Amino acid sequence: MSTILELSGVTKNFVKHLDAAAKLARRLGADVKEEVVHAVDGVSLKIAAGEVVGLVGESGCGKSTLGRMVAGIMEPTAGDIRYKDRVVSAMDKQAGRETALAIQMIFQDPFASLNPRMRVQDIIGEAPILHGVTSRADAGDYVAQVMERVGLDPEYRKRYPHQFSGGQRQRIGIARALAVKPEFLVCDEAIAALDVSIQAQVINLFMDLREDLDLTYLFISHDLSVVEHISDRVVIMYLGRIVEVASTEDIFDSANHPYTQALLNEVPRLDVRGFDYQPIAGEIPSPLDPPPGCHFHPRCPHATARCREERPQLREIAPGRVSACHLNDG
Amino acid sequence: MTDTAPTLQVENLETHFFTKDGVAKAVDGVSFTVGRGEIMGLVGESGSGKSVTGFSVLGLVDPPGKVVGGKVLFQGQDLLSIKEEELRHLRGNRIAMIFQDPMMTLNPVLRVDTQMIETVQAHDASVSDDEARARSRDALGQVGIPSPEERLKAYPHQFSGGMRQRVAIAIALLNKPDLIIADEPTTALDVTIQGQILYEAQKLCRDTGTALIWITHDLAVIAGLADKISVMYAGRIVEQGGLGDVLDHPAHPYTCGLLGSVPGHNTRGKRLYQIPGMTPSLLKLPKGCAFKERCPHADAACETAPEITHPVEGRALRCAHPQVDLAGVAS
Ligand SMILES: Nc1ncnc2c1ncn2[C@@H]1O[C@H](COP(=O)(O)OP(=O)(O)OP(=O)(O)O)[C@@H](O)[C@H]1O
Ligand SMILES: Nc1ncnc2c1ncn2[C@@H]1O[C@H](COP(=O)(O)OP(=O)(O)OP(=O)(O)O)[C@@H](O)[C@H]1O
Ligand code: SF4
Ligand SMILES: [Mg+2]
Ligand SMILES: [Mg+2]
Repeated sequence: MSTILELSGVTKNFVKHLDAAAKLARRLGADVKEEVVHAVDGVSLKIAAGEVVGLVGESGCGKSTLGRMVAGIMEPTAGDIRYKDRVVSAMDKQAGRETALAIQMIFQDPFASLNPRMRVQDIIGEAPILHGVTSRADAGDYVAQVMERVGLDPEYRKRYPHQFSGGQRQRIGIARALAVKPEFLVCDEAIAALDVSIQAQVINLFMDLREDLDLTYLFISHDLSVVEHISDRVVIMYLGRIVEVASTEDIFDSANHPYTQALLNEVPRLDVRGFDYQPIAGEIPSPLDPPPGCHFHPRCPHATARCREERPQLREIAPGRVSACHLNDG
Repeated sequence: MTDTAPTLQVENLETHFFTKDGVAKAVDGVSFTVGRGEIMGLVGESGSGKSVTGFSVLGLVDPPGKVVGGKVLFQGQDLLSIKEEELRHLRGNRIAMIFQDPMMTLNPVLRVDTQMIETVQAHDASVSDDEARARSRDALGQVGIPSPEERLKAYPHQFSGGMRQRVAIAIALLNKPDLIIADEPTTALDVTIQGQILYEAQKLCRDTGTALIWITHDLAVIAGLADKISVMYAGRIVEQGGLGDVLDHPAHPYTCGLLGSVPGHNTRGKRLYQIPGMTPSLLKLPKGCAFKERCPHADAACETAPEITHPVEGRALRCAHPQVDLAGVAS
């Protein structure tokens, strides 16, 4: 399969700006620094056309930030994003616009991301008209077709978002993204807010769309069961860095990185009854002040002196499989 | 109060909302028992009445809602007939609730330490400020809040949503109450933090005999945590029983559908089962079994609302067509 998206050394820092009082204190000689959050710290990753890649990690590890950069909603501080072999930031206007349309993002909260004062037909139809995917005259039919595609009755096109259930609203969000004929979908916790029975409908819909439209997905979720169900490959992030990438089978059957192993141990499973939960070993570090060396060392049962000093590089440990842990050096 | 009485016994609870469009029977004849140290999972889809059941037990239903029938016995004492003042004393003391929205527990204008110390001293006035502060700090640590000492001085708005929920959980665990009702407490949290919180909850139940009701739509959490399970649909419990009994031999078509739609190891790449249709509005429930229009097994018998039956000891069911022969399974 050909690579559709390639990230190299993609980094995003957020600077927490000082307020007036802190600035004054600094001018008077106090030791106040601007705090920098390394939300995404040198991420490199290739995604093949037609693949579903799951992105997993604890809250605050940088999943949404990475997803936003991929979708072109946010610019990296450093590093390159290539879409179909071209660096996105170096594209001319026309190519940049095409890429922006080709990569669409679907958000967690279907309600917050839909304009409450717009009718469904305008929510779905606005962008395709603007970008010439359909004409104003054909928009009605086009919207009806997209609505049917996601399992919404076109009869409802004159309604407003609040007149729909949660699962239907998420379908509106998906329809809006599909309406511009994207090739790549970034789904950020796209089913987290839905009921179990509705989740199943939306997961099935994502899988059908993949088959029918040859879509590629970056599927961000903190629900490992969903990721296992839907993904071909899984990327595990910890405090801004990728720590492991492998096929779904390998991740769930034989995780390599100690963080991945710890994460999988915590996942509640329907077939595991009367589980003895364990407390977290060590402290949960802050993304403002990540520990040196391997970010995971304060919580890692195998950590050595080297782990506390030297950052482990992401290395190939088997074909198509990478992990960043010193234990792999033998 | 009797020593042999279960921690909580709810009988035929009915809570209705009197809206201008009609009466919504949010809780319609719900019964269950939770003993000392026991954990009951309460599951069901959005709007099925899980939260309102919790609110009703604690006397927190506001107009237009009203508890219109049934009994709520806490250690043998009927909470529906005691004075508001006594009830308020029990809450925050021997009964705690963790709400879906943590801001129902937290006071936005007070620092976290003020609120936590107050909670400790409301339970036992003889605890010194220093001691209360130390307990509060430990409680924050127990729910996975980094640098608890510093975080004590923060206001609720200075925490992220997930952290706020953890503070609310810490407050609920603070006085080691006899009964905790936890309403979707970990839905927004990471698996790691969730594991830590489930560990603390489990420990409390095992060590101090706290009875726990865990409301969630995550069946996998219930599988790992609970001793028994109650499944709600449209204001009623449709199936109830021991954890393994219900998860391994679901009898109600709705429970079967729920279990079938959970993704995971064995479903990789396959289509998930979808329960057809949508949750009906409480104001427009179909006659007979409320699940009828979505049920693959519905027939003429389902035109009459099914009564609750107890096919085997400890199991309750509301369905004309149980999907397993429970008496057969039990023997
Ligand atoms: N606009 C912003 N300004 C400042 N800091 C930010 C901003 N967006 C994110 N951050 C910080 O960057 C880090 C990564 O955040 P991000 O939202 O990407 O995490 P996440 O993995 O998506 O977490 P979650 O699972 O909670 O959604 C966090 O520490 C967050 O506080
Ligand atoms: N103030 C109110 N006025 C009218 N109806 C109400 C009110 N509060 C709750 N209800 C109704 O009571 C029913 C049960 O609501 P409840 O909040 O208990 O559901 P739930 O099972 O907790 O759902 P969720 O999983 O979404 O939290 C719902 O159908 C709701 O519409
Ligand atoms: S590098 Fe060291 S600390 Fe990090 S995961 Fe591997 S063993 Fe643990
Ligand atoms: Mg996020
Ligand atoms: Mg609720």
